[in-house]
Amino acid sequence: MSGRGAPGCSRGLQLALLLVPLLVLGVLPRARAFEEQPGSAHGESQGFQVVTFKWHHVQEPYIIALWILVASLAKIGFHLSHKVTSVVPESALLIVLGLVLGGIVWAADHIASFTLTPTAFFFYLLPPIVLDAGYFMPNRLFFGNLGTILLYAVIGTVWNAATTGLSLYGVFCSGLMGDLNIGLLDFLLFGSLIAAVDPVAVLAVFEEVHVNEVLFIIVFGESLLNDAVTVVLYNVFESFVTLGGDKVTGVDCVKGIVSFFVVSLGGTLVGVIFAFLLSLVTRFTKHVRIIEPGFVFIISYLSYLTSEMLSLSAILAITFCGICCQKYVKANISEQSATTVRYTMKMLASGAETIIFMFLGISAVNPLIWKWNTAFVLLTLVFISVYRAIGVVLQTWVLNRYRMVQLEIIDQVVMSYGGLRGAVAFALVVLLDEKKVKERNLFVSTTIIVVFFTVIFQGLTIKPLVQWLKVKRSEHREPKLNEKLHGRAFDHILSAIEDISGQIGHNYLRDKWSNFDRKFLSKILMRKSAQKSRDRILNVFHELNLKDAISYVAEGERRGSLAFIRSPSTDNMVNVDFSTPRPSTVEASVSYLLRENVSAVCLDMQSLEQRRRSIRDTEDMVTHHTLQQYLYKPRQEYKHLYSRHELTPNEDEKQDKEIFHRTMRKRLESFKSAKLGIGQNKKAAKLYKRERAQKRIWNFQTQRRLPTTVPKRVGGSSSWQTSLKTPRRRTPLQGLTTPSSPRMRTWASSPGCHPGCPPGRQWCLPRGLVCRSPALRATSTAWRPSASAPSPWTPFCRPMAPRSSRTRPSLSPRTCDTGSDVPLTGRASPPAAEKPALPARSPRPRARSPAPPAAAPPPEAPPAEARPPRRPTARRGRGRGRSAAGGRARMRGRRRRAGCTAGARSSGPARAAALRC
Amino acid sequence: MHPVGFSAEPAPPKIGLSTSLPTQGIFRAAHPPPLAFSSDQIEQLHRRFKQLSGDQPTIRKENFNNVPDLELNPIRSKIVRAFFDNRNLRKGSSGLADEINFEDFLTIMSYFRPIDTTMDEEQVQLCRKEKLRFLFHMYDSDSDGRITLEEYRNVVEELLSGNPHIEKESARSIADGAMMEAASVCVGQMEPDQVYEGITFDDFLKIWQGIDIETKMHVRFLNMETIALCH
Repeated sequence: MSGRGAPGCSRGLQLALLLVPLLVLGVLPRARAFEEQPGSAHGESQGFQVVTFKWHHVQEPYIIALWILVASLAKIGFHLSHKVTSVVPESALLIVLGLVLGGIVWAADHIASFTLTPTAFFFYLLPPIVLDAGYFMPNRLFFGNLGTILLYAVIGTVWNAATTGLSLYGVFCSGLMGDLNIGLLDFLLFGSLIAAVDPVAVLAVFEEVHVNEVLFIIVFGESLLNDAVTVVLYNVFESFVTLGGDKVTGVDCVKGIVSFFVVSLGGTLVGVIFAFLLSLVTRFTKHVRIIEPGFVFIISYLSYLTSEMLSLSAILAITFCGICCQKYVKANISEQSATTVRYTMKMLASGAETIIFMFLGISAVNPLIWKWNTAFVLLTLVFISVYRAIGVVLQTWVLNRYRMVQLEIIDQVVMSYGGLRGAVAFALVVLLDEKKVKERNLFVSTTIIVVFFTVIFQGLTIKPLVQWLKVKRSEHREPKLNEKLHGRAFDHILSAIEDISGQIGHNYLRDKWSNFDRKFLSKILMRKSAQKSRDRILNVFHELNLKDAISYVAEGERRGSLAFIRSPSTDNMVNVDFSTPRPSTVEASVSYLLRENVSAVCLDMQSLEQRRRSIRDTEDMVTHHTLQQYLYKPRQEYKHLYSRHELTPNEDEKQDKEIFHRTMRKRLESFKSAKLGIGQNKKAAKLYKRERAQKRIWNFQTQRRLPTTVPKRVGGSSSWQTSLKTPRRRTPLQGLTTPSSPRMRTWASSPGCHPGCPPGRQWCLPRGLVCRSPALRATSTAWRPSASAPSPWTPFCRPMAPRSSRTRPSLSPRTCDTGSDVPLTGRASPPAAEKPALPARSPRPRARSPAPPAAAPPPEAPPAEARPPRRPTARRGRGRGRSAAGGRARMRGRRRRAGCTAGARSSGPARAAALRC
Repeated sequence: MHPVGFSAEPAPPKIGLSTSLPTQGIFRAAHPPPLAFSSDQIEQLHRRFKQLSGDQPTIRKENFNNVPDLELNPIRSKIVRAFFDNRNLRKGSSGLADEINFEDFLTIMSYFRPIDTTMDEEQVQLCRKEKLRFLFHMYDSDSDGRITLEEYRNVVEELLSGNPHIEKESARSIADGAMMEAASVCVGQMEPDQVYEGITFDDFLKIWQGIDIETKMHVRFLNMETIALCH
């Protein structure tokens, strides 16, 4: 009940919100009168006025702002009810709303004060929508279907225009329409402006329908590219009408055809040139990050205006500007700028769209423009639908001979039905000059009817139609690494097959283009750093990692504990080269290493000091310290700097990055241990089953990709270290056949388990992902991070067996007196379940597989002397069982050694380098 | 207009492999006759074959070096190898052939035939499977029916070798990540003592479930002049 009450309430609130600006708009005329009165009555007599009411001063922008506000509020209103928006497309709702508002305004004012003017539409409302379409165009899909799209856009539009115009003329000649002052050219002119499918309407409706991407791109691409045809046809016929029918010569017709090529190719060229310019400019914006997004909008808009100035196709220009620049711009601008561009563009486009549809409705409420002719209106509706369908079928028949993916009957139905007309047609018809086109008002009202019919009726029914016809839908899927890799492989295979079979197919062309792009264009248009890191697969990889890390952290926080980002195992980092593919993060990790170093010293002092305290206190201390050190610094700290030109206090990002690295590393470790997790006897497995249910979610996540980098080089040392340092805690290995090589033996003899674990349980995480290939095995040795490195799962696992040694001090909020606002709930006894297990299966010798790579263990590492001489605390700590301090100390030892080999402990890069080799 | 691809026009005389050449490869039981190339295409491919082989009856690996456009392909060696792979040629379960004749050449090419609209569901599935098997064989270089991590890494490294900026390490970690993803897709919840040894063909199919390969693994065999803008 209460659940229902809330939306009802908010709806009421929203209505009230909507009413306020409405009232203002309704009151405006009176206000105008009201303002004039005092002005005329007291104007001269008054001296200085403290407060003046200057409506005229702000009128224009004020009204615009109010309308925008109304439109936006209306949008909120529609989405309050999910039921309505799932059935009725937003564009239709907006038109209806516009009609209502227009009625209100009319009632108040009795003139149509607000209409959609062609200037506003073409200069301010249309460009953002088209730019958005171009900038986010799926290029590959678009160019893959370019031929089809072009055919529909050019031939289809000409066909529609011609047939509609001629048929109407034919009917007119038969006398069915009565007496109209209208000629053949007028009909053709009308046909040309009503023929074009409208990008705004198509986008608005199809975005909600989710048909498959090929179908979408064909309809949508057509609606974008047919602009050139529309512009040319419109201009040609308009000038013909102006000339008068009898004066049109064959030369003019030829000129018209030539002008089509000039307009379309010229528009495209302008777009490409500006795209080039834009890409080039963004290459050099490194120091003006804050205005970086502005370039994208300004230069694209300039392309639109330029081609408008040259009377070329402006829509084509800005579309191709967006299409061509996207790759380079996205690579060049910073992450934040990219987000800004994305959101601003979406906001502008969606806002413009909202306003367009609302004003279409409002403009219709104007008795002055209405002239009704039933036959004309109805026949127009019939003709545009029928001829569109016929055109689509004919063209598809031709196309299917060439297309690899056939367009089926169902697709054709949707394509015919999806031919929505919209604001472009309306703006064009309003542009007509009544002196030249005598029946302008008839055209206007017919266009309005057509637009409303297609947007409201067809928009309303297309969804059920698509469902009924079972059109293949597009499914939103997560990007998958495998998919991307295989896709890439296919690309190469296909282009190779085309090379071999000697064909010039479009795989061949694409291959050539991408080579050209890589060799020349990217070098000119992309930053050096961007060139390096720019690869789809890398991006997907990076994104997936990021998503994993975020969900991992979020889950951790949801569970109320931050223990999983505790410090002990972070020392472990020496083991792991977690350099992610992107250079920036690599750099970050270096700095991270440095900082880590500092903090380690710090922790060291702390632990020495706290040696005699209980483990629990030590742990609290550590947590506290860690938190204080880097994680949860109150953000306000960075906000005292105000600068219009910089947003640099990027500490927050650094923090994020650190958290990211840290979690990734931990997950990596845990995964490694999971990888090693094998060789249990069945009893253990059974035992474990109980636990699994709870871990399912986590397991699922573990399974997903992690940057398991470089086990070879770094890892080798880790394995001998482990074996070296924990000889006493050797667990009896059950079901383990002795590995043959000394390397394997070392590995096998190293403690598989957490000291607290019962002997039978060598593993913690349920999943073993172990490759039988010797090569992988060899590397996987390296992956055993450290016997006791806590896994990130620690806080979430339930303890398996009540073993005192496994209980770990809880983190209690009271000890965390830092500014941390994150709840740290007490959490006792992390699982023993985090130890990597030992390989139970002996490596199956396989002749064909490559020998274990050079990865093999670095036996050269001289354990004894390398170990830092004094680490009593650490050893004791470990002796006591698994304790954070122990783990940390051991790790510190390792780090120390690494530092020694590097020679210069203090020099960061050098050290980092040493760590990585 | 020539019938494109494998359109099943019953009337025009079509030299399918099944009639004009001894068939033993791909057109055995599993693949009924409608999957043949049209005579034009066969002629066209034969001309190309001659060109590649230098008028010899067979092609050897070296012949592929003569294709200049292949140079830039990062997985060139893998693809060329696939032409000689006995598994792809249906001649055995492993090993490489030294040379292939025109028939073998067609067999390989037929992996890339577009899916015909006249095929029923079962045939489409079969066709799809064949295509994926080709890819799988390319990955599984030691013919043991599994793509092990090492093999996967190998492929990924080659795939990304086209970009000089990507280090080997990155390629490796991507392969590792992909392998893990594969494991999670294929096995889901693993038993504690379970070991994921590599991607089997069944797993491979699972990974591909729901992904359209319609546009991904088809080549239109047309005349050489044709530039395929409509795709």
